[in-house]
Amino acid sequence: MHNKSFENKKINCARKMREIMTDYYLKAMSADRNNEKIAWITSGGPVEPLVAMDIIPVYPENHGAMIGAAKMGAQLCIKAADMGYSTDLCSYARADIACSVTKTGPIGGLPAPDMLICCNNICGTVLKWYEIQARFYNVPLFILDTPVCHTGYSEQAAAYVRAQIDEYIDFLEKHTGRKMDYDKMEYVGRLSFEGQKLWQKVLDTTMHKPSPMSAFDAFFFLALIVTLRGTRIVIDFYDELIDEMNDRIKKNISVVPCEKYRLLWDNLPVWHQLKWLSEKFSGHDACLVADTYTSAWCSAMKYIDKNNFLDSMAHGYAQIYLNLGVDTMAEHVVDMIEKYDADALVMHSNRSCKPYSFGQMDIMKIVRKKTGVPVLMLEADMVDPAHFSRSQIETRIDAFMEMINLRSA
Amino acid sequence: MEEIQLFHKVINDIEYPPAFDASRKIIGYLCSYAPEELIHAAGFHPMRLFPSQSEIILGENHIQSYCCHPVRGILEDSLAGKLDFLYGTVFVHTCDSMQRLSDIWRMQGKYNFFSDLALPVKLGTKSAQRYLNLVLADFRKQLEKLCGHGITDTDIKNSITLFNSIRDLLSDIYRIRCANPESINAADIYALVKGTMIMDRQKAETLLRRIARNLGQNQTCSGEYRRIIISGSICDSNDFYSIVEKAGAAVVGDDLCTGQRWFDTKILQNQDKDPVAAIAARLTGRVPCPAKHMSLSARKEHISALAEKTKADGVIFLVQKFCDPHAFDYPHIKEHLDLMKIKSICIETDGINLNPGQLTTRIETFIHMI
Repeated sequence: MHNKSFENKKINCARKMREIMTDYYLKAMSADRNNEKIAWITSGGPVEPLVAMDIIPVYPENHGAMIGAAKMGAQLCIKAADMGYSTDLCSYARADIACSVTKTGPIGGLPAPDMLICCNNICGTVLKWYEIQARFYNVPLFILDTPVCHTGYSEQAAAYVRAQIDEYIDFLEKHTGRKMDYDKMEYVGRLSFEGQKLWQKVLDTTMHKPSPMSAFDAFFFLALIVTLRGTRIVIDFYDELIDEMNDRIKKNISVVPCEKYRLLWDNLPVWHQLKWLSEKFSGHDACLVADTYTSAWCSAMKYIDKNNFLDSMAHGYAQIYLNLGVDTMAEHVVDMIEKYDADALVMHSNRSCKPYSFGQMDIMKIVRKKTGVPVLMLEADMVDPAHFSRSQIETRIDAFMEMINLRSA
Repeated sequence: MEEIQLFHKVINDIEYPPAFDASRKIIGYLCSYAPEELIHAAGFHPMRLFPSQSEIILGENHIQSYCCHPVRGILEDSLAGKLDFLYGTVFVHTCDSMQRLSDIWRMQGKYNFFSDLALPVKLGTKSAQRYLNLVLADFRKQLEKLCGHGITDTDIKNSITLFNSIRDLLSDIYRIRCANPESINAADIYALVKGTMIMDRQKAETLLRRIARNLGQNQTCSGEYRRIIISGSICDSNDFYSIVEKAGAAVVGDDLCTGQRWFDTKILQNQDKDPVAAIAARLTGRVPCPAKHMSLSARKEHISALAEKTKADGVIFLVQKFCDPHAFDYPHIKEHLDLMKIKSICIETDGINLNPGQLTTRIETFIHMI
């Protein structure tokens, strides 16, 4: 089918991505010296008004991922426990709260915020997390409250979220002393839309067999659409990444040397075990071709009108993947299994993320019924290694892959 | 007191016939933000659901073990058929775990009626208040469709009057207890509040009125007690209260959603005002649950004010394991109490196994400390 050497799996764009992210963090770190404002914002929050007002957005969740990937979660979670935070709380929040005090972590802590923007479309945890940080840094907090769309997006909720977009802009104007430039806002909106479209295109390259990249790569390249959404940098970079992926497709270069099985991943990554998990699945000739997590940053594109971004973004942000009902989420998973022709579903039951994890068992049943694909559930935590047992997970993956192997025989 | 015993019977058997009005079908709810007055005005009986102490077996197929006991326990009871007397249920968002429970519950489709009221999380802004009014107005329409007739403003106002009366009576009983901890023990108070959430409200109101009158006659307090406040979500254990009292303390107030947070703050009635908007105004103005946002300091201010008002010597934080909103708030509120020189202790409970031996030692040590 394809037999390019294993060395070929490295994606050249990764280096450029690291450079972009380094520049981004250096800029954020020097914001104070350059008289620039910093807003911390939740990963699902509408960043575009910040970009339009030249406020540097900083993402504690992206920082949490970096802490996890750098295997620094354990020590920060211990610190958070010393501060009185239960070990059952979200490890992103615990690590970030502790890091604000210790100023340690992979980049020595985040630059202090001038304001906080919290959108609860991903969870209720961010509300509490941002309240704590607003008190710690003594900075204003804006909450964009997006009622959960269990079975649909009601007219009342739509009016409420839209009204809050105006309140959001008022808040930014008040705390920067500047007026919003609405032409620039629409321009940023178009860039954001374009960036999301390209991110979807990046992810869609994995529809090819063999897949030129995996979800593990998507976890890495995701940082750009999260942190720099609404900027030209995202568009230029993803254009280049798509070219590289298409080139790999043309040359039949696969990320897993002998891709035999295609898997779909659900939930956030286990950041501290990315390499091990990647090699583990690869060792079974299995490629994680897609995931529900990274695709969430383009899942609400259908609601966005790029020519009327401000109005339509309320719809988009309120209807992202995690703010939907479990049955609607299951439909997305089924669609993805079909789209990427996945042989199985791997669900990360993530102790740190209750809205993502509770309901997974019902999703599992729906997926099995509608697609017939087998499902594996792994219990872990995205940042805190205390909830990860490598030997148990290894046994489960080995047994699961053996079962898939037998099914396909 | 005979009346108090009836409440104990109700909390031990939620289908205890004498406590109900058979003509009202039962709508269950799981959060103190549920607009009970509307359910009642529509001719239904609003019943707060609590988890039984059953082992989680069927629920294991739906929700992982790192979810709080109230959510898993109530789901287990539903799946096991223990809640088949329900005509319907209403969820009001509450928190991440409840949000997903509502999805799972809806997908099970077990009861005739289901409603998800996605109440705002942010309170105190005009847009949130407007949205809350609209959500409740929509719920009124849902109930009208369900009961097959219109719900008049007068119906709602009558229900508000009844529920306000219950709020007054429970507040009176709390005040009597605060002034004289010997007048009624904590386990009885707990039975009154929980029982009221379960039983027919008219019957509860009649009984509470008698109880308040009888308690008011007993004004002498001979002993000395360490005065304690309990803060948390649900405190659903008689044993816990007994342990606290045996250690020489008196529970003089609480910040519990099975306590004062549920009945504090009356609905302001105004003849010209839309009664649905009045219900919404109370939900915004009441003592906030940590899953809601009112301000950065609302919770700590409430607890410290309560401690001052009740002359409390200490606070026991009773945190349900896996209850994120309370667990996030705890360090901040504790720090504030430390500054006020009010001692506190945090006790985590899984809702089933209280471990009385260990708990007794911890509580006794704490009471000695203060």
